Amino acid sequence: MIKKMMIVLAVTVMLAACTPAKAKEVTVKFLNYSSINGQEATLAAMIDVFETANPLIKIEVETIGYADYFTQLATRVAGGQAPDVFELNIENFRAYADKGAIVELNVAGLDITKIHPTALKAFQIGSKQYGLPTKFSNVVLIYNKDLFDQAKVAYPTANWTWTEELAAAEKIRALGTDIFGVIRPIQTWEFYKTVAQNGGSMMNADQSAFTLNSAANIEALEMMIARVKVTNVTPTTQQLGGMGDWDLFKSGRLGMLVTGIWAFSDFATNCKFNWDIAVEPGIKQHATHFFSEALVVSKTSKVQAAATKFAAFVSGSPEAAMLRANANWDLPVALTDAVVNAFKAVTPPSNKQAVFDSLQYLVMPPSLEKFSAVADDLQIYLSKALAGELTAKEALDQAQVLISGKY
Amino acid sequence: MKTMEKKVRFYIILFLLPSVLGFIVFSLLPMLSALFLSFTDWDVIGGSPNLIGLKNYIDILKSEEFLRVIFNTMKFISLYIPGIITLSLGVALMFNSNVKHVAVFRVLLFIPVLTSWIAGSLIWRSVLSGQYGMLNNLLAIIGIQGPAWLTDPKWAMISIVIVSIWKDLGFFSLIIFGGLRGIDRTLYEAAEIDGANGFQILKKITIPLVTPTLFFVLVTTMISSFQLFSQIMVMTAGGPMGATQVMVERIYTYGFRYFEMGYATALSILLLIVIVTITLIQLILQKKWVYYE
Repeated sequence: MIKKMMIVLAVTVMLAACTPAKAKEVTVKFLNYSSINGQEATLAAMIDVFETANPLIKIEVETIGYADYFTQLATRVAGGQAPDVFELNIENFRAYADKGAIVELNVAGLDITKIHPTALKAFQIGSKQYGLPTKFSNVVLIYNKDLFDQAKVAYPTANWTWTEELAAAEKIRALGTDIFGVIRPIQTWEFYKTVAQNGGSMMNADQSAFTLNSAANIEALEMMIARVKVTNVTPTTQQLGGMGDWDLFKSGRLGMLVTGIWAFSDFATNCKFNWDIAVEPGIKQHATHFFSEALVVSKTSKVQAAATKFAAFVSGSPEAAMLRANANWDLPVALTDAVVNAFKAVTPPSNKQAVFDSLQYLVMPPSLEKFSAVADDLQIYLSKALAGELTAKEALDQAQVLISGKY
Repeated sequence: MKTMEKKVRFYIILFLLPSVLGFIVFSLLPMLSALFLSFTDWDVIGGSPNLIGLKNYIDILKSEEFLRVIFNTMKFISLYIPGIITLSLGVALMFNSNVKHVAVFRVLLFIPVLTSWIAGSLIWRSVLSGQYGMLNNLLAIIGIQGPAWLTDPKWAMISIVIVSIWKDLGFFSLIIFGGLRGIDRTLYEAAEIDGANGFQILKKITIPLVTPTLFFVLVTTMISSFQLFSQIMVMTAGGPMGATQVMVERIYTYGFRYFEMGYATALSILLLIVIVTITLIQLILQKKWVYYE
């Protein structure tokens, strides 16, 4: 009996030894925020496609809401528990790259040819690629066609400037005491773009000094404020009474709203009137926002190659891009013809071409590690100018002194 | 006998150990590391911190923002503390009298204390909304045009004070009520026999004998005034125009939004110094106005 058992055991051991060694499966931890509230299934579908094509890579996804994301991420990075691959937006990308928390990606052998060049370049420092963009978005002029019809004004075109926009806004404002013409918020994020439309900028070309109080900037801020205080085509905070600009638009009481393309799915569901979009009018030239998210790989990751492969898939593969376009989840960066057509097919808005036309006019905030602190400081002065405590010139003069001294 | 004493000592140490260890690991060490970090430029994601001496402290003390924060905190204290103490005392006196159905009122007043700060602040944010808020609509009925409570720099801090009093009134009136209950009834009887009227009794007996409780309320409200945070974050986030920026809100912003952890910990060490100093001053001054039986 013992002899028999010994033989069975020996045979089992020999068989086990002869079986070819199974290649090792790796697990990649992935942290993201942008799939929360509605796109979790789209992300899960992307991961399914990736895992089917790469059976030895397992993606462990974790999703945190935007409000907590950057605190959680920073804490994990500080504690040596950084996820292998994670999502960063363009505003935070620079800080993580400058501080060496993420690695330069080795993209040799990965297909990144379909990625839109502007988005790809946004996550480079020098010639080094630190992140692979997954989606991008810009800002367009969204308008209420019904209010335009009522005011008997022609719809906006790509050739409009602030002059035509203001004329239309005044006619719409005249429709009723609680109907407003246009909203462009008065805040830092709007300011850097508006001054660019007027030929100004927050910093000089090589970003060595602030130029907050240039003549072009002062003029642009005066124009922004006049719309609230002089023509009142834009509601005051009091008139808004805590109501958000999106809600005002959805209530059908706002003619035009300059906002991001991520509003499309919400407006398509919740607006009970006809609406469409146009390229955002400029003052002397066009300029519009550019926002983008990218996947980056942690410096401490032990599976950097697999993590980079996953990032390249979510970023540049037609499959992931198609899933994204079909789900109306911002604009995929791999803009193949099929993806563009799929994106355009989802209406309203019917003039989705304006989204692609706007890509020529993208401007970015100064690439500063401490931009959010600068933005908060500048905001205080912009609000003082809006409240009438300071003139536009005084506000920007004082902001220039404070911000130049501090950063 | 000696071995017995030794045994007792052993058990004392044994039973104290868990809480002492807990204190060391979860309070003392973090405090010491915060003190260390306040002399560095640590930015959370950038790896190990570099020592930069007193730079954070000098930067804070030189900044215009620090003055604004102190001014805002003082504004809050000067409105909130007299308000909460007077109202709590008034309510406690009412609890102590034989008003009908006072127990129901006591429960109702205590509900805000049990409500979470976040939920309470969210509701108040909509109540205080300038154009659509319930409060301004009620004021409009009697012909008053209410201000933009949370978006006007003149009113934002006042709004925070109102909400804070709403939240804390139930708690502090109950504490003072406890103090009133502790006063010896015979003193009142003696005063009545001597022919003292209601106001004299209040001034000469009730108030002096409730001062130890009032002192407790003063110290705790003073500390919580410096730690003001949740209601500000939900209702104004430090705005408008920095009118509600206070110490803890700044610590949070620098630490977790700008990731300037060294600067944020320096702010928190300064906050600790301010709180300890003010509490010590209160302890010294109490000899002049607090009566112990």
